[in-house]
Amino acid sequence: MPSLCRDCLSHSDATPPGAAPRCALCRSPRLVVHPELFELGIAHMDCDAFYASVEKRDSPELRHLPVIVGGGRRGVVTTACYIARIKGVRSAMPMFQALRLCPEAVIVKPRFDAYAEASRAVRDMMNALTPVVEPLSLDEAFMDLSGTARLHGAPPAVMLARLTARMQSEIGITGSIGLSHNKFLAKIASDLDKPRGFSVIGAAQTAEFLRERPVSLIWGVGAVTQGALERAGIRSFADLLRWEKRDLVARFGGMGERLWHLARGHDRRRVTANAPTRGLSNETTFDTDLGDVEILDGHLWRLAEKVCGRAKARGLAGGVVTLKLKRHDHALLARRLTLRQPTQIADNVYRTARALLDQSMDAAPFRLLGVGLGALVPAGRADASGDLLDPGAARRAEAERAADAIRARFGAGAIVKGRALR
Amino acid sequence: MKISIERATLLRAVAQAQSVVERRNTIPILANVLIEAEGDTASFRATDLDIEVVDRAPAKVERAGATTVGAVTLHEIVRKLPDGALVSLTDDGVSGRLTVEAGRSNFSLATLPREDFPVMASAEYSAEFTAKSGVLRRLFDKSKFAISTEETRYYLNGVYMHVADGEDGRMLRCVATDGHRLARIDAALPAGAEAMPGIIVPRKTVGELRKLLDDDEAEIGVSVSETKIRFATTDITLTSKVIDGTFPDYTRVIPKGNTRRLEVDAKDFARAVDRVATVSSERSRAVKMQLDEDRLILSVNAPDSGNAEEELAVAYADERLEIGFNAKYLLEIASQVDRENAVFLFNSSGDPTLMREGNDTSAVYVVMPMRV
Repeated sequence: MPSLCRDCLSHSDATPPGAAPRCALCRSPRLVVHPELFELGIAHMDCDAFYASVEKRDSPELRHLPVIVGGGRRGVVTTACYIARIKGVRSAMPMFQALRLCPEAVIVKPRFDAYAEASRAVRDMMNALTPVVEPLSLDEAFMDLSGTARLHGAPPAVMLARLTARMQSEIGITGSIGLSHNKFLAKIASDLDKPRGFSVIGAAQTAEFLRERPVSLIWGVGAVTQGALERAGIRSFADLLRWEKRDLVARFGGMGERLWHLARGHDRRRVTANAPTRGLSNETTFDTDLGDVEILDGHLWRLAEKVCGRAKARGLAGGVVTLKLKRHDHALLARRLTLRQPTQIADNVYRTARALLDQSMDAAPFRLLGVGLGALVPAGRADASGDLLDPGAARRAEAERAADAIRARFGAGAIVKGRALR
Repeated sequence: MKISIERATLLRAVAQAQSVVERRNTIPILANVLIEAEGDTASFRATDLDIEVVDRAPAKVERAGATTVGAVTLHEIVRKLPDGALVSLTDDGVSGRLTVEAGRSNFSLATLPREDFPVMASAEYSAEFTAKSGVLRRLFDKSKFAISTEETRYYLNGVYMHVADGEDGRMLRCVATDGHRLARIDAALPAGAEAMPGIIVPRKTVGELRKLLDDDEAEIGVSVSETKIRFATTDITLTSKVIDGTFPDYTRVIPKGNTRRLEVDAKDFARAVDRVATVSSERSRAVKMQLDEDRLILSVNAPDSGNAEEELAVAYADERLEIGFNAKYLLEIASQVDRENAVFLFNSSGDPTLMREGNDTSAVYVVMPMRV
């Protein structure tokens, strides 16, 4: 039977012998064995306790402690690490309750910037596997790897195991994989073996796999639908199978038809790559409100650089620059300016945003500053023409490209502008 | 106030007034035209606080006086009256209405008190001169296409009119640029203009001025101060604030060392550019020019919609060159050429290109190339 070692990535069509087989090469017990292992191509990747994992990565002293990300104004658990989960802490639980269950937990305020960055790194890795990546949130995504085996020289299962291994070694977070023949089952599979899981649901086993499971497994069946199903005597998939399609439709409308198909493990929804990006933006909230334009300027440059870094990575350029400001009383100001031509040069975005900031300084101090790039087009059409009145712009753009090349080779910190240090 | 006035005369005056008033005005009085009648003249005054235009028209004044009335409505009414009609405007000073009568038509329009009408403060003009209408028309017509609409560089939102040292001595010069292209138009310096300060004439003023310049031989009185400019014909006075800003040093923008010379029939060139650009629907369509030994190939490649190519016989004797431009900019500068061939002077595919009409340096255009 086909098997794959998640540690050394060796795979073969034969399973090593024994009741609890180990990898023939590295002796790892983390072996995936499944008759359809190398045939399935629809995957769901779900990061394990994503926010908490990022926090543990960035603060190694937290590694062996129960960590709860959350707090803030609403005072609920956003994410709990697996140590805290053992004590019964769950997402969306009120903080006081979580602390009653796990008094020794360390509470960390969320740092969405760090999560977004880690998420982007994971997404880049997924995009390298297949163009068909459908992110559901920062920490999970569907992927369709059908037909990529020739390209990668390895079946999807191997590439997915490699993905989680790389996520762990390069980004420092772990994820779980569900591999199946449709989205519905892939999503269920990724949850079966968390954390660091790898679960497979093959076509042949689908009916049997589902039969005794509760219908609450279905994504989108929440408490309300569950109650309605229960009133109809439907708790498990087996219950669902007893219903005719038209009776389900008569009782549950459009949802009924979907339920009828899902009961049989059918899900014809395709994995669809994300809708084209409409705009890119980055923002930062200050510890104390800032009213000094020179200090804001440093932030402005860093934000422009971040936004343009993302645009460059995706081969995009934007024709509209937006500046977002939040005043001390949380009043939001947004300023936008249409550029003469789309750009992906941070220097252009920064200068435009700076002009907008100068017009807005009456409203200072600010607690939040954001820079956005909209009206996105492919980068091929960007920065096509110079500015007669600003001959330096072309040279600054060239310098920026050169600095980008240096960073690509020697790392992000290899060269920075003095402005960025302000 | 009670006057009678020829429909055509009235139409001309109110047409001018209604184009100056702001359409989306939040100050009601600024939507009105101030009508003042005295002696044998009725004057029509309109303003948007930046521009003021006064048109004096002959009228039979039965009772002197003044009132203000909505410029757009009055214009619509007069426009719809039959040609040759005699129109009477009556304001009894009590009812707050202006009665407009012509033949059997009768209108009663709401008025606002004349005291509320803002009259532009008069300025001390430091230079006054007269120029032929045709001369001013050429200066502004040939430069206005390059005026910028960019708000951050507001000082580019007009035509920079100033006295400059040209190759044949001092001259009156108009320059406009939006950073993509630049137009520099010269005219002989009129007597009295030497002391004129350089000023930036706003886009809207340039548009309004154009209506005063239809008669080639008419003499236009021009008065200039640091903050205002006034153009006056015998009947009409246009006063405008100028843009408070510093126009950039454009002289550095005009290339001097461009040696690769292309000479082409401007009309053939414009038509060919227009034809090849058809295949692309993008806002900034790029046209590629490939130059080789007396041959120019114009091409547009739009990956989504198609491509096009056209060859033109030209005079070109320099080494091969490939350079791209925004099709719209090429068309605009080519359409400025009306007498001789268009002469392009190139340096490299990344440097600004210069265009002029034959060897005439009194109208010079610069256009920035585009990567293709």
